[in-house]
Amino acid sequence: MNALATSLTARAFRIGRRMLSRPRFDLPLAIALLILAAIGLTVLYSASNLDTGVVLGQAARFLIGAALLVAVSRIPPTLLRAWTPWFYVFAVLLLVVVKVLGEGQGANRWLDIGVVRFQPSELMKLAMPMMIAWYLHPRRLPPRWRDILATSVLIALPAFLIFRQPDLGTALLVAASGLFVLFLAGVQWWKIGAALVGLAAAAPVAWHFMHDYQRQRILTFLHPERDPLGSGWHILQSMIAVGSGGWLGKGFNQGSQSKLEFLPEHTTDFIFAVLGEEFGLVGVLVLLALYVFIVGRCLWIAANARDTWSRLVAGAFALAFMVYVIVNGGMVSGILPVVGVPLPLVSYGGTSAITLLTGFGVVMSIHAYRKWTP
Amino acid sequence: MNERHELPDERARRAHFGRRALAGFAIMLALVLVVAGRFVFLQVFEHADYSTQAKANRVRLKHLPPPRGLIYDRTGRLLADNVPAFRLDVVPDKVEHMDAMLQRLSALVPLTRGDIEQFKQSLDQHRSFEPVPLKFHLTESERDRFAINQWQFPGVSITPYLTRNYPYGPEFAHVVGYVGRIDAQEQRNIDPDRYAGTTHIGKTGLEKQYEALLHGTPGYEVVEVNANQRPLRVLQRVPARPGKNLYLTIDQRLQQAAFEAFDGQTGAAVAIDPRNGDVLAMVTVPTFDPNLFVNGISQADYSALLDNPEKPLLNRTMRGGYPPGSTVKPFIGLGGLELGLRKPSDTVLSTGTWYIPGSSRGYRDDTRYGAGSVDLVQAITRSVNTYFYSLAYQMGIGRFDKWMARFGFGSPTGIDLPGETGGVLPSPEWKRKTFDKPWFPGETVISGIGQGYWMVTPLQMAHALATLAGGGSSHTPHLLAATSDSLDSPKLAHRQPPPVQITHAPADLEAVKQGMLGVVYNPLGTAYAAGIGKGFPYLIAGKTGTAERYSRTSEAYNTNKNLAYLASRHRAWFICYTPANHPQIAIAVVLEHGAWGGSAAAPIARKMLDQWLADTPPSERPPLPVTAVATRTTP
Repeated sequence: MNALATSLTARAFRIGRRMLSRPRFDLPLAIALLILAAIGLTVLYSASNLDTGVVLGQAARFLIGAALLVAVSRIPPTLLRAWTPWFYVFAVLLLVVVKVLGEGQGANRWLDIGVVRFQPSELMKLAMPMMIAWYLHPRRLPPRWRDILATSVLIALPAFLIFRQPDLGTALLVAASGLFVLFLAGVQWWKIGAALVGLAAAAPVAWHFMHDYQRQRILTFLHPERDPLGSGWHILQSMIAVGSGGWLGKGFNQGSQSKLEFLPEHTTDFIFAVLGEEFGLVGVLVLLALYVFIVGRCLWIAANARDTWSRLVAGAFALAFMVYVIVNGGMVSGILPVVGVPLPLVSYGGTSAITLLTGFGVVMSIHAYRKWTP
Repeated sequence: MNERHELPDERARRAHFGRRALAGFAIMLALVLVVAGRFVFLQVFEHADYSTQAKANRVRLKHLPPPRGLIYDRTGRLLADNVPAFRLDVVPDKVEHMDAMLQRLSALVPLTRGDIEQFKQSLDQHRSFEPVPLKFHLTESERDRFAINQWQFPGVSITPYLTRNYPYGPEFAHVVGYVGRIDAQEQRNIDPDRYAGTTHIGKTGLEKQYEALLHGTPGYEVVEVNANQRPLRVLQRVPARPGKNLYLTIDQRLQQAAFEAFDGQTGAAVAIDPRNGDVLAMVTVPTFDPNLFVNGISQADYSALLDNPEKPLLNRTMRGGYPPGSTVKPFIGLGGLELGLRKPSDTVLSTGTWYIPGSSRGYRDDTRYGAGSVDLVQAITRSVNTYFYSLAYQMGIGRFDKWMARFGFGSPTGIDLPGETGGVLPSPEWKRKTFDKPWFPGETVISGIGQGYWMVTPLQMAHALATLAGGGSSHTPHLLAATSDSLDSPKLAHRQPPPVQITHAPADLEAVKQGMLGVVYNPLGTAYAAGIGKGFPYLIAGKTGTAERYSRTSEAYNTNKNLAYLASRHRAWFICYTPANHPQIAIAVVLEHGAWGGSAAAPIARKMLDQWLADTPPSERPPLPVTAVATRTTP
């Protein structure tokens, strides 16, 4: 018994020493993520009206995410790349399953597997850049027309499935994470410009396929007074919360907007407004700076990565991560429509946090294997 | 692709990626700066403004659901109204352990499994800070018990609301229908803003048909609250606009008289005003109490309704299909005249059996040795099969179907109720589609007496009769006469589609009418024995019908009247209209398990006519006929 304990301790020491001498973590990125998680839990504690249950639940999800992060970071990128198509197919299948199971129940984004419920569309946010990078990895860069076409199909299929859930916001973000890979792979600027013009021209067509409530949100965004009871009210209350925060905010747990429940969804989509109200502009800028640092660090890791797949995945993941922040920030401050995008690692919600941390695990793995060849 | 744009090796790829990553980062940074700038704008420049708004932000929005429109009969009797009641509401956000709370609560206020299931379903449809109804229509003692213990149940409250009430209960269950709780399916199809705060929606009948008119427009209240959410005062109030009140064509007294006349026998009756298509009565027996459904029917009550072999939930007037039997003869007779195949005076010899020329298969008359030589009037009066066998055969199934379809047989009448069925007007196409079998000439022959595959709803029959009585003018039957915004605002007549004239031959119509008068007043008439014309001041034109068991083996209907068990499968019809010269009401009555002929169904029609007479003020009646009816003993 004693011998076993001694041997286990010795083993743990060996592993610990190896990890320290050859760190698989990028320490600055890891520390930034820890700070972000701490900020997230603090704001959530206030936003949930000091509900420890909610905070502990979210902390548990962070721990699961962290464990996945560590586990994934130890897998060589070559292996991750080899698994990518399976991962993508799996995520698409889950989307189909959600569609089939959810038939006749309205907007269904959740998959209930006994103990846990999760949103396959969140999984897609990671699977998408990995898949597009996998496709482009062995091919000539910048991508040729037929490669652009092939990747467009890979992007459009899951995006369409998510759009039909219906979840327009997530569909656009998932599509964006794939398009960022194309951008980083070097698709010529003029093609990007042409695509943007094409999208603008296609907007009326998209309008035709939208659900009523999606149209409603866009109309409400354009004319908030159209809907004093619905999302117009959300935007207005959110702007009051943010604006009344001022430079330094009202202080922890002092935000009247969220306390008096004027602010809807204040633990999830609108948690940024709680932060703005209670910690003021300083809190907002600190948070934004932290996000920018994380994204910059990921791009730096991407630039130093060993191969094309690693570069593209790390880079696209970072850009998509930034877009989540921008869209959520734009939403709570009233410059973008209400689209239901969580604030990464701050909003209450399991699937998003766990997927994002797993994604950072991939980035960590790319970082760890930047010099070695397997 | 330009060759010089190719990235030849890893080094070039890496360098190019670096440039792209930098560009991407620059774009993101610019966007973050826009967002940051927006926060600066809100939190620094607009701070003072928003700060005051936040301090003043002690206001809450409260939805005010609109009261549902009321439903009246044509004389102003209230068929559906709203009465105050109380329900339990739960704000999910404020309940920590929902299941435990429900457990404790059910000790005070009994909650059925259905209540809890429905509640859990609606939890998904509401935002967590909005109240979700848990139990409707609390009894007084439930209310008191909960009120005392309310402090133990944060987030649960008693809310007053208006619940739907149907004062006449079963009588109008299938016409007015009922409202019930909005289910998940309906939730998806309604506009959430229009239904904010509304818990019920029209499920069947007129409640469903005119949901858009009855619902109204919700209002809202801007309420000032203190820090503990207690309302202090109402700052602004946009009242809800109640739904429109509906005025029906139906007459409650006639409806009730018809119900009582049925005396519990399974069947249906429809009365229509031939002048305009107003449905005056629409009765199906047995029926059920719609009030049971409003606040959730108990499993036991619902099972009892479902398990009842007489199907009380079935609206027989427009979903029950019955072979029409001899009631179709006046319509077919008119067709023979209109198509120029017969003149009213043309006679046909009835010998007891009729044969398709060149065939040995016989089709029987009701009487063994036949009725002798009969013209159209006699053929209708005595319901002589042979006349109509040969006429249908002469018309051929193509012309026959086209003619009968003009009266609306084989398709829904278009009444303003959901779920109407169209019956079956048998045709070769229909038979091929349904059974994948060819049409036999014999099937044309028995169609001529309303047997075979024929299926007619009582509503279709009343509509066809009203068309015949109204001189060939076909009005779409309807229940809604007018609407009004409130009790003091003027009634607006509901627009009806213009009538369609399906025939223009008064002389032909007159011959058919004479035949139908004979049914009632001629001693040889099939309804004479029932004596339904006796003592009624106006002339009644009628026709009996017994849909008898159709024997597939002999391809002729079986007239063996000794088989008692068959009697339970017979459908007894009686159709009639009055006053014969200026028709104001046309009635179709059908009895399932009817006894023979018109003797069972005709008295029900007579009771309805008596009620109609009592309800129609003399000023609205046509002048009494000059000739005494008693003298009309010969056709």
